[in-house]
Amino acid sequence: MTPLQSCLIVSALLFAIGLGGALARRNAIIVLIGIELMLNAANLNFIAFWRFAPHPPAQTGIVFVIFSIGIAAAEAAVGLALIIAIYRHRRTTRLDQINSMRG
Amino acid sequence: MILFGITALVMLASSIAAVALRNLVHCALAVGLAFAGLAALYLQLGAQFAGFAQVLVYLGAVAILIVFAILLTGGSEPQREPLVSPGSWGGLVVALGVFIVLAAVILSSKSTAVPPGAPPPASVRQLGEELMTRYILPLEVLGLLLTAALIGAVIIAMREPEPD
Amino acid sequence: MAEGLDQVFVRLKQWLIGAVPGHWQPLVSALISVAAILAVFAGLFAITTVLERKGLGRIQNRYGPNRVGPWGILQPIADGLKTLTKEDVVPSGADRVVHFLAPLVLVVAAFLALSVLPLGRNMVAVDFDSGVLFFFAVGAATELAVFMAGWSSRNKYSLLGAMRAIAQMISYEVPLILSAVAVLMYVGSLSTVQIVEAQGGYSGWLPRWHVLTPWGFAGFVLFMIAAAAESNRSPFDLPEGESEIIAGYYIEYSGFKFALFFLGEYIGMFAVSGLAITLFLGGWQAPLPFLEVVPSSLWFFGKLLALIFVFIWVRGTLPRLRMDQLMNFAWKFMLPLALLNIGVTGVWRFMEPGWPRWLVCAALIVGPYVLLGRALAENQGLGRRTYKYGD
Repeated sequence: MTPLQSCLIVSALLFAIGLGGALARRNAIIVLIGIELMLNAANLNFIAFWRFAPHPPAQTGIVFVIFSIGIAAAEAAVGLALIIAIYRHRRTTRLDQINSMRG
Repeated sequence: MILFGITALVMLASSIAAVALRNLVHCALAVGLAFAGLAALYLQLGAQFAGFAQVLVYLGAVAILIVFAILLTGGSEPQREPLVSPGSWGGLVVALGVFIVLAAVILSSKSTAVPPGAPPPASVRQLGEELMTRYILPLEVLGLLLTAALIGAVIIAMREPEPD
Repeated sequence: MAEGLDQVFVRLKQWLIGAVPGHWQPLVSALISVAAILAVFAGLFAITTVLERKGLGRIQNRYGPNRVGPWGILQPIADGLKTLTKEDVVPSGADRVVHFLAPLVLVVAAFLALSVLPLGRNMVAVDFDSGVLFFFAVGAATELAVFMAGWSSRNKYSLLGAMRAIAQMISYEVPLILSAVAVLMYVGSLSTVQIVEAQGGYSGWLPRWHVLTPWGFAGFVLFMIAAAAESNRSPFDLPEGESEIIAGYYIEYSGFKFALFFLGEYIGMFAVSGLAITLFLGGWQAPLPFLEVVPSSLWFFGKLLALIFVFIWVRGTLPRLRMDQLMNFAWKFMLPLALLNIGVTGVWRFMEPGWPRWLVCAALIVGPYVLLGRALAENQGLGRRTYKYGD
């Protein structure tokens, strides 16, 4: 296995873990953690390709990761604010109990 | 290579813990460890700035936000329900399938089987110059997005005034 | 002669490294740096505790420790023995693993932050290309450690203290980083070594330290206020307010773990003061040309002791803030001024040197400072304090 392949396998595993957590657990916060892990798996791919690709076009990989980190921060802030707002209405963060449109 | 393996193992183990533990606060701490492990991987790959930014944003902001959300939603006590609800074993199967497909593609693809070259240059100065010239528009858009997210998060989480 | 004296530690390290085979040299080099930092700053911690108690005693018109050794200077040894031999109590409801890990994470993060500070000419443990970012990144890890301590103790006071501490640290991290950004922008580098080197030399008889410019002075003051809040020092010591929540997040810690928290807090204070010295006070540079014979590391530690004295002085002088005052101060006052300071730095960078530059930049800072202060004071009815019964 080349170093690039091992990086990609690690990131695929991380993605699968995040996906499994997001799909199988019922707690909204765990789902959000799973989504963050999937985003991070993508970031690891960008860094790996930037490092090992035959013709690294300047700093594109790192720049993309930095943008992605910034966007993930925004996503986490809004997502957790939503969870808190829902908790105020329903007194629960379990996704299978948040199933009606009426508040 | 050995160092890479150890870091990757720690990172993957703590990310499994992050989605599989019963106590939500333990999940949050485990995800913090996973973020730190990822930053260590970035450092080993030579992406110093991205690694430190990862620690600063994920460990210093996202993990803390998750912890705050857990405490504000009363989730700090261990959950009593089954870890995987009966209807969602399918989710795990899907995740496993996705991993198998991805791994097969990665291992069979010719474009990933390249020998490692020399590490590309990664000085902060170059990065800054690229951000300020070639990527200036995305940077501005990101600033706008962060401002919007800031305002949006405050408005969503703000306690609504009691109707009289 | 002066050159040799200055570089004596560097030479010593090179000599020690030269004595081992080439394969082991990087490891030995790292070990020597780590050992030096641990020894020097642990010693400084011991000195600071006794200085602080003596200084506070003087401010409060009493003696302070004066029983152990001459003038009480051996007090830290007695304190250390006491904490080492005390029983380590863990509450029965506590989360034992997290309770154990919290002080370790705090101390490790605090010591890691020291590794990027240039303690003298050629004396830096690691010269990262993005050293300042590394400093703030490991600083972020201490927030998680504080939360771990507060939550794992299963005590409402410790959880309250941790929540206060995290809210305060996140709020003050913003002005702290923004006031550092002005320097980074002016120097054009994130490397601590290059930032210190950029402040070398003299214009006239004034050293080219950043603190001696209008934007640098404003940035330094903002940075030090935010630094006091980041390291939970008085007047921002709400997280551990003894009179309200007993001791905050480390209420349930005793013995050696408590000592570790104490150490972590002080090391954090040294680290952030060291960064202030690096960014604004010229690092290890001497203030006047003829003083350059004094070894550079002495200048660094002299400046560090001066800043520590300021911290002690402030602690003995100012009362503790209230939570809403703390938050308002960070978000409504320090954040706008720090943002403005970045703009003023740009103006300073692109104006011709001379007195008009000084005038314009000083006016740009002092004007908004006065206006903002007035507006905030009027809004909250915070006029001059009136005493109902005192007269």
